[in-house]
Amino acid sequence: MNTLNINVQKQVTFSHVLRIYLIETKYEWLKTIRNKSFALPALLFPLMFYVFFGVLFNHGNVQAASYLLCTYGIFGVMGPALFSFGAGLAVERGQGWQDLKSASPMPVGAQLCARLVVASVFSLIIVACLSLVASTLADVQFSVWQWLSLIVIWVLGGLPFCLLGLSLGLVLKADSAPAIINAIYLPMAFLSGLWMPLTILPEVMQHIALALPPYHLAQLALKVAGLDMGQPVTMHLLALIIFTVLFFVTARLAYNKKAL
Amino acid sequence: MQTLSTQTRINSELTNSQVPIVTVYKLNKSFGAKRAIHELSLQIKAKQVLAILGANGAGKTTLINILLGRLQADSGEISILGQEPGSLAAKRQISAMLQVANLPETLKIKEHIRLFQCYYPNPMDYHQVLEYAGLSDMQNRYSRKLSGGEKQRLLFALSICGNPKLLFLDEPSVGMDVDARQGLWQAIGDLRAQGTAIVLTTHYLQEAESSADHIVLLKDGELIKQGNSDEFKASVSAKIIRFCSKHSSALFAQLPAVLSSSQSGNYVSLQTSDAKQSLLALLSQFPDVEDLSVNGAGLEEAFLHLNRSTLGRDLTIN
Repeated sequence: MNTLNINVQKQVTFSHVLRIYLIETKYEWLKTIRNKSFALPALLFPLMFYVFFGVLFNHGNVQAASYLLCTYGIFGVMGPALFSFGAGLAVERGQGWQDLKSASPMPVGAQLCARLVVASVFSLIIVACLSLVASTLADVQFSVWQWLSLIVIWVLGGLPFCLLGLSLGLVLKADSAPAIINAIYLPMAFLSGLWMPLTILPEVMQHIALALPPYHLAQLALKVAGLDMGQPVTMHLLALIIFTVLFFVTARLAYNKKAL
Repeated sequence: MQTLSTQTRINSELTNSQVPIVTVYKLNKSFGAKRAIHELSLQIKAKQVLAILGANGAGKTTLINILLGRLQADSGEISILGQEPGSLAAKRQISAMLQVANLPETLKIKEHIRLFQCYYPNPMDYHQVLEYAGLSDMQNRYSRKLSGGEKQRLLFALSICGNPKLLFLDEPSVGMDVDARQGLWQAIGDLRAQGTAIVLTTHYLQEAESSADHIVLLKDGELIKQGNSDEFKASVSAKIIRFCSKHSSALFAQLPAVLSSSQSGNYVSLQTSDAKQSLLALLSQFPDVEDLSVNGAGLEEAFLHLNRSTLGRDLTIN
């Protein structure tokens, strides 16, 4: 075959790729915060729940307010991770928009990175609002070291949920995705003790919780406040690493199935 | 001196238009037991506007998805400017206007275009893109506020903003008004002058007839006919003679000027390149035919006819 080899391909520089990542992230952010049906519930639900159960109906119990701050922080981080990745992606896939994106020369990593950054920044805003309410209205007091540890746990802890959201977003249909994700999100939050301590629930619940990723993340956050169940840090870390790898593999399988 | 430079220019244009942008060789693709593409070979050259025609399920979409790297072929060879389909190197030189139901609603037109522009190494000038797509006075509008036609214009803008060497247009003018179509063909003409190859699938056969210079007809995943637009038009400007007869259609195939024959029930259809000659012979040899009619076969009729008749496969141009 007399294929004339015309070298129109430009050397793709590192700076060009970096620019794609930055611009993708910028527009992913604008797209997300302007979407009121995502941004408002993601921010207001954890905040509202905390004001009700951590402040108003708590009758000044600082220990309960501290417990709920740690766990609602995780509840707040899970929302953007599951919905931005999961429901958002499922909707864009359903519209055919992702077909156009995948035909374009956008590096797949750029979109993943953009969504990860947006979910993390959003999480940061949610936990900052929660912390502000907790320290002013509920009299929760932590040292600087404790606050910093909590923020690191909250924000980095979003990773397995982003990967779970990604897996769901690649598999679910657009019209059913929000409902299914809620059906996973809310029971998982409850069963992991994010809304009330597992110690006041039947003992069997504590065994179930061991199989849920938010439980382990919550225990790490609660350890900072000295309110955890007393299980070793290494066990929780190991469980979270296993869940992260598991969700990474499911996302990878779902992606390959869609792509080819 | 003058003639020499003209000659050089013509030569360089000739060689330029010979450059194959896409080469497909013996491509096969099945979905389970269903054969979607069968032994398909095809070449798309620079500065060519190629129209792919075919009924639903003929393999148009499968072929385009394979070229875009969104589907893996079972066997065969494909080269897109010397690159593998689906590789980043190939994607940087091609772009597509696909059927998209909705764009992310909370981004503005200008943001969508700027984002897609940044993916490509040599994007088209931003204002030029707006002008071609007729979006200059609505840059700041959110995509949720766009009408169907305006969305289509934005999708067109996204498909040209990377200055592609190969442009796929899937049913481009669906829902577009006259002005938008004009901008579309203006852009296609200009891109083509720069050496871009354009591949379009369309149901508007008139559009294919008037704009494409090469037409490919697919049926059941096979390329059953291809030719340049004029040759295609000549063969399909043929007439269809239809009548009722006891004889089998094969008998009529030998009549002068008859290109193909087919039968449905008692009715026989003949496609002829010269209706008068065929009719004279038909009526003198078979005076017993009834219910005779002659119809002009525009591209549309010929297309439907070819798609129905299995004999169409034997019909070759050149």
